[in-house]
Amino acid sequence: MARVVFPDHLLQHTGGTREIEVQASNYRAVVRAVDREWPGIEEVLIKSAVAIDGQIYQDAWLEPVREDSEIFFMQRIEGG
Amino acid sequence: MAEARDYRAIGTRPVRPDGVDKVTGRANFGADMNLPNMIHGKVLRSPHAHARIKSIDGSRALEMPGVYAVISGADFPSGAEGEISGEGGGTVSDLAMNIMARDKALYHGHAVAAVAAKTAFLAETALELIDVEYEVLPPVLDVDVAMEPGATLVDENQHTRGNESAGPSNIAAITKFERGDPEAGFAEADVVVEGDYRVPTAHQGYIEPHACTATLDEQGRATVWCCTQGHFDVRSMTAGVLGKSVGEIKVIPSEIGGGFGGKTVIYLEPLAVKLSELTGRPVKMVMSREEVFRATGPTSASHCKIKVGAKRDGTITAATAWMAYEAGAYPGAPVGPGCMSVFAPYDLENFRIEGFDVLVNKPKAAAYRAPGAPQSMHAMESAMDELARRIGMDPIDLRLKNCADEGTQAPYGPVYPPIGIRKCLEAAKVHPNYTTPKAEGTGRGIAAGFWFNIGMQSSAEVRLSEDGTVTVMEGSPDIGGSRASMCLMAAETLGVPYDVVRAHIGDTESTGFCNVTGGSRTTFATGLAVVQACEDIIAECKKRAAATWDIDADQVDWTEGEAIPKPGVNIDVQPLSLADIAGSMGRTGGPILGRASLNAQGAGAGFSVNFADVNVDQETGKVDILSFTAIQDAGTAIHPSYVEGQMQGGAVQGLGWALNEEYIYDDNGVMENAGFLDYRVPVASDMPMIDTQIIEVPNPSHPYGVRGVGETPIVAPLAVTSNAVSDALGFRISDLPLSPPRVLAAIDAHEED
Repeated sequence: MARVVFPDHLLQHTGGTREIEVQASNYRAVVRAVDREWPGIEEVLIKSAVAIDGQIYQDAWLEPVREDSEIFFMQRIEGG
Repeated sequence: MAEARDYRAIGTRPVRPDGVDKVTGRANFGADMNLPNMIHGKVLRSPHAHARIKSIDGSRALEMPGVYAVISGADFPSGAEGEISGEGGGTVSDLAMNIMARDKALYHGHAVAAVAAKTAFLAETALELIDVEYEVLPPVLDVDVAMEPGATLVDENQHTRGNESAGPSNIAAITKFERGDPEAGFAEADVVVEGDYRVPTAHQGYIEPHACTATLDEQGRATVWCCTQGHFDVRSMTAGVLGKSVGEIKVIPSEIGGGFGGKTVIYLEPLAVKLSELTGRPVKMVMSREEVFRATGPTSASHCKIKVGAKRDGTITAATAWMAYEAGAYPGAPVGPGCMSVFAPYDLENFRIEGFDVLVNKPKAAAYRAPGAPQSMHAMESAMDELARRIGMDPIDLRLKNCADEGTQAPYGPVYPPIGIRKCLEAAKVHPNYTTPKAEGTGRGIAAGFWFNIGMQSSAEVRLSEDGTVTVMEGSPDIGGSRASMCLMAAETLGVPYDVVRAHIGDTESTGFCNVTGGSRTTFATGLAVVQACEDIIAECKKRAAATWDIDADQVDWTEGEAIPKPGVNIDVQPLSLADIAGSMGRTGGPILGRASLNAQGAGAGFSVNFADVNVDQETGKVDILSFTAIQDAGTAIHPSYVEGQMQGGAVQGLGWALNEEYIYDDNGVMENAGFLDYRVPVASDMPMIDTQIIEVPNPSHPYGVRGVGETPIVAPLAVTSNAVSDALGFRISDLPLSPPRVLAAIDAHEED
């Protein structure tokens, strides 16, 4: 099961839950699984960046997720 | 995975393709566009930092000969929808109101009306004939004051995100990160240091003011020429503000005289398009330097509180950071990245970070080189210096003791892939500028820097000419020498000399989408697109060679710029160079071009270590930078001179912010130093030669190992200066800038104590 971690700014959408485990083979499936848990959160997640096993994606979609992956949602960064 | 290896083109230092045009004045910048029948637009700006606009009457201005149009907020669609990119996010609605105020002026210099007239002088004169009735309101000008209960509200409809039921507030958003048990960590500590640090509002200070020219054709399609870091974003933002589709707007980027983040947003373009629409003529708008200061994006002033606890051996047991950033008139201070950066160089078990995005009556903050990181890391790196003094440890050793590595969970969440902070610290420790004792009476300071770097969307097309010369077409405005870097990566990939490759920046209709030149992304992401487009060319060239030799394409190798049969393929042929294949491409299938479009991921974080020696004049408070050394991980330096240039330029900007740069406001919120005479950026005679050392820890997500390098360099110099001045004085001045008046006052106060 992949481990999904929510930072503070997403806790209002998860009722305070910081971590869950999901069965998914890619990022899109992770988002769908999380949205099943907290309907509507997908709208927020797609505006977030995500780190999958340390690799930061501004716009993830079909990136593969392993059985033991860590998925860490984070604020989007752009820069100057 | 990219590994350090020998290259033919990459790592060399050829002359940049755009250099001669820029030094001879041939290059066209934002204000250089002229069209037949062109007229000129000027903006009327609020004389108040906070005022309700009761009425605007442009009739007297319109009666003036040579005046063609007057516009105000009422001429723009209301209720614009959508979000814009950037550190703090933001909405198109806020962008539209920042460009032209509606019911309230929210800072001194906020645009309230605009005029188009035959000449710029007439337009300026006509501004004086626009009658605006204001109800002046008290301004809120300081982040601490703005956060107090009962503070004057910048926007009565602003609530804290996620806490809407609590009533309106100047606090637009709160960011929190926490790991472990900070209180337990502090209890374990032998030494705890605490500090309060303020960094002032500063401007990006680009030399070229904002400028654009717009015209509409008979079908209502607009063409905009402007200086920008990203013309595709100008297109979408202008369309959003005007309620047009992006297909109705074409944006052609000029050369750009600096942006540093400040030209990722727009101010003039929708006004010029609207004025052109009303007058039927091309309209040119050029800001004065004063307008640039008063109305375009400075970066946030900040107040940070840091607490760090450590064992006697230097092991940090806990750290907390509290930081409040000024967003200006609309939400979106870069406090999120400030929070995510503050502890980035370190492996910490227990920490808490809180950040506040706070409205004040100042211009809306815009991105500025590593947005948010210089402020928060100034605080943390100053606290690290205090900690090193308290426990009697070399400041580099203290940082090495707590250094993040590959596999460390970053304070902002994910696990780090390969990073270069440890190598930078180790390089600093043995650098001759560090091992040489400082001169008597001087001070030495060291600090670490960090920026995330980003990838995002880029496109590139590579075209082969019939003589084998190569044209790279891409959409990332060249600010720091990226044309040269694109040519080098294309030359390396194709195996041809640098001299046969030319790079061009296409407009929004002649090249594929590219996000802004910002976030230190261009060499990484657009470079990746160029490499892939070249690989596309190679694949096609192998097919043409195979067809020529009557073998299969998978029996052809591409080596050193030539197609050759793979080992074991038994045919007697001569290698075909790129020029050979180009010369016969008409017969072998037609023109050859390669293309790539991508959303690049895995930009690879950038770390730095800087140190400096300073002298403080005890009689005047003036700080002289005697030497400055910048060490930074560039992944792979494609063009080392431009990497060094970024390191030197960022260092000088950081030193300017540390030493002198600040917005000085009167009690009414009027900036008193809106010009380079009084807002003092460093000049060459202020600076020593900035010594550089490039560290190369290749980024595994790029075929040549590139990491972004443009932003990290501005981060460390703020704390370097604070720490060096503290070392020289024997006591700390926590707030910036360390300008002569502040330093002299601190010396006097310290002597009185």
